[in-house]
Amino acid sequence: MADTMELRDIEVWDGNMAAAQALRQVQVDVVAAYPITPSTPVVENYANFLANGYIDGEFVMVESEHAAMSGCIGASAAGGRVATATSAQGYALMVETLYQASGMRLPIILNVINRALASPLNVNGDHSDMYLGRDSGWIQFDAYNPQQAYDLNFVAFKVAEDHDVRLPVMVHQDGFMTSHTAQGVKTLSDEVAFNFVGEFQPMNDMLDLDHPVTHGVQTEEDWHFEHKARQHNDLMTKVFPKIQAAFDAYEALTGRKYNIVECYDMDDAEVAVVCMGTSVETAVEVAKEQRAKGIKAGVVGIRVIRPWPFEQIAQAFQGCKAIAALDRSSPNGAPGMLYNELAGTLYNAATRAVLTGYVYGLGGRDLTKSLLNQIYADLVANAAAGKPTTALQQLIGVRGPKLEFL
Amino acid sequence: MLEIRWHSRAGQGAVTGAKGLADVVSTTGKEVQAFAFYGSAKRGAAMTAYNRVDDKPILNHEKYMNPDYVLVIDPALVYTTDVTMNDKPETVYIITTHMSTDELVASQPKLAGKNVHTVDCIKIAQETIGKAIPNTPMLGALMKVSGMYEMDFFKESMVRVLKKLPKKIIDANMEAIQRAYDEVK
Repeated sequence: MADTMELRDIEVWDGNMAAAQALRQVQVDVVAAYPITPSTPVVENYANFLANGYIDGEFVMVESEHAAMSGCIGASAAGGRVATATSAQGYALMVETLYQASGMRLPIILNVINRALASPLNVNGDHSDMYLGRDSGWIQFDAYNPQQAYDLNFVAFKVAEDHDVRLPVMVHQDGFMTSHTAQGVKTLSDEVAFNFVGEFQPMNDMLDLDHPVTHGVQTEEDWHFEHKARQHNDLMTKVFPKIQAAFDAYEALTGRKYNIVECYDMDDAEVAVVCMGTSVETAVEVAKEQRAKGIKAGVVGIRVIRPWPFEQIAQAFQGCKAIAALDRSSPNGAPGMLYNELAGTLYNAATRAVLTGYVYGLGGRDLTKSLLNQIYADLVANAAAGKPTTALQQLIGVRGPKLEFL
Repeated sequence: MLEIRWHSRAGQGAVTGAKGLADVVSTTGKEVQAFAFYGSAKRGAAMTAYNRVDDKPILNHEKYMNPDYVLVIDPALVYTTDVTMNDKPETVYIITTHMSTDELVASQPKLAGKNVHTVDCIKIAQETIGKAIPNTPMLGALMKVSGMYEMDFFKESMVRVLKKLPKKIIDANMEAIQRAYDEVK
């Protein structure tokens, strides 16, 4: 029986510690992990808790991230509660197994501490790794600060392990900007936290020898499409109600409210910035300053990236005149992901807002309030003109001559 | 909003200092943020760490800062980096040096006319903790210059923050904090 850890009501934790404490409190059975900056402290802290008797579990040291996720797949198929963490190149090496985990419908939790993808090598936070996994069949949550990294882990286990869902979940947070930034985190007691998620309820577990099952099968053109279609169908129809129910239950327990799409000052907003991660919070502060100047500014934060919240997004922008999509990943020859998803979502929606895109913050480059103020100035001009007054894609915060396209 | 920027070398404990300060401040009901910009992430490399303190939730995640306090815990960084970057007229400096404040300002003209305090955190750390880890003494000096908290409360809080360390080390840190509090000019 694991020891209980006494926590203060508010602990000053960085995002990594917040995630690790959540893994401890839900008593993850198996963590198979390979360390990589900036995610290392998540699994390092888990190992520390385990060694000191705060977890009944198993830490499996492996030789690569591919092996880490493979170990998680094996442990999850065997019938355990399983989690790990990674970043950037480690995530890239995991990609093949990410598809295996979701296709096998294994409720693994992966904390992704978002970091730039090499080359050039860079350990700092951007969203390239997060974008890389967006077609992998996982559910993806995004945290904007350490408190949310803590909270969303509980929600992730609750949703993933639901027998109507049975899909793995990634909980994203910004490398360094959240993972190594200490802020006050309101904690749950070990008992309350564990009870929110509950005992792990296995399903089709390989160690249930009375009910033998096969995992990881081969299907060719006879059945492959049906399996993939069923997974897509579940992501499109079953997941959002379960996420909403988990958010509602979590709010009832803690008073902290989460939404599939987070809207800040959007009720009467005429100009809006859409982004993810810590940028959302900085943008909220800038929007409030814009409001003080009489600009009807709002912010939309994407909380659930996959499945993509098509209807909630369309709803969020009613009445909006100009929207900026901020992508923290190089699209390398295309508009940004958020720009494209928003364009696809809004094309048949009632709104006819002007949509422009910005690429920012690569490799941890600072998103300053000054840059956000410039974006709002562009949006005000676009709203007044009723058409783009800038290129559709601008790179901001990068040195050298102005780069803009489309 | 109170904003603090630390100038340090990786390994001197600026991150621990900033996080320790945030921990103490958080217990008084304030909102806190402590983070670092690691640069090349090699031991000995120049780096900066940051604290924000406010009465309301802190949403700003930009690294850019116009600091209220600049804490320099390595003496050479006054010459090899620009510790006055993005300061404002009322910015208060606390700088680790073996020199007097006048000698220091004379050696680095950028500090002329600024509100500069000095204390030898390196020497204090060596004589108390036995290692050149100047972070906790700098916090003692900050308490004196800022008047942020009573010394008894601050030291009690730091004992809790450092509780995983052996008692001998904790006692040495308390002595370092008190000495820097008494010696900062």
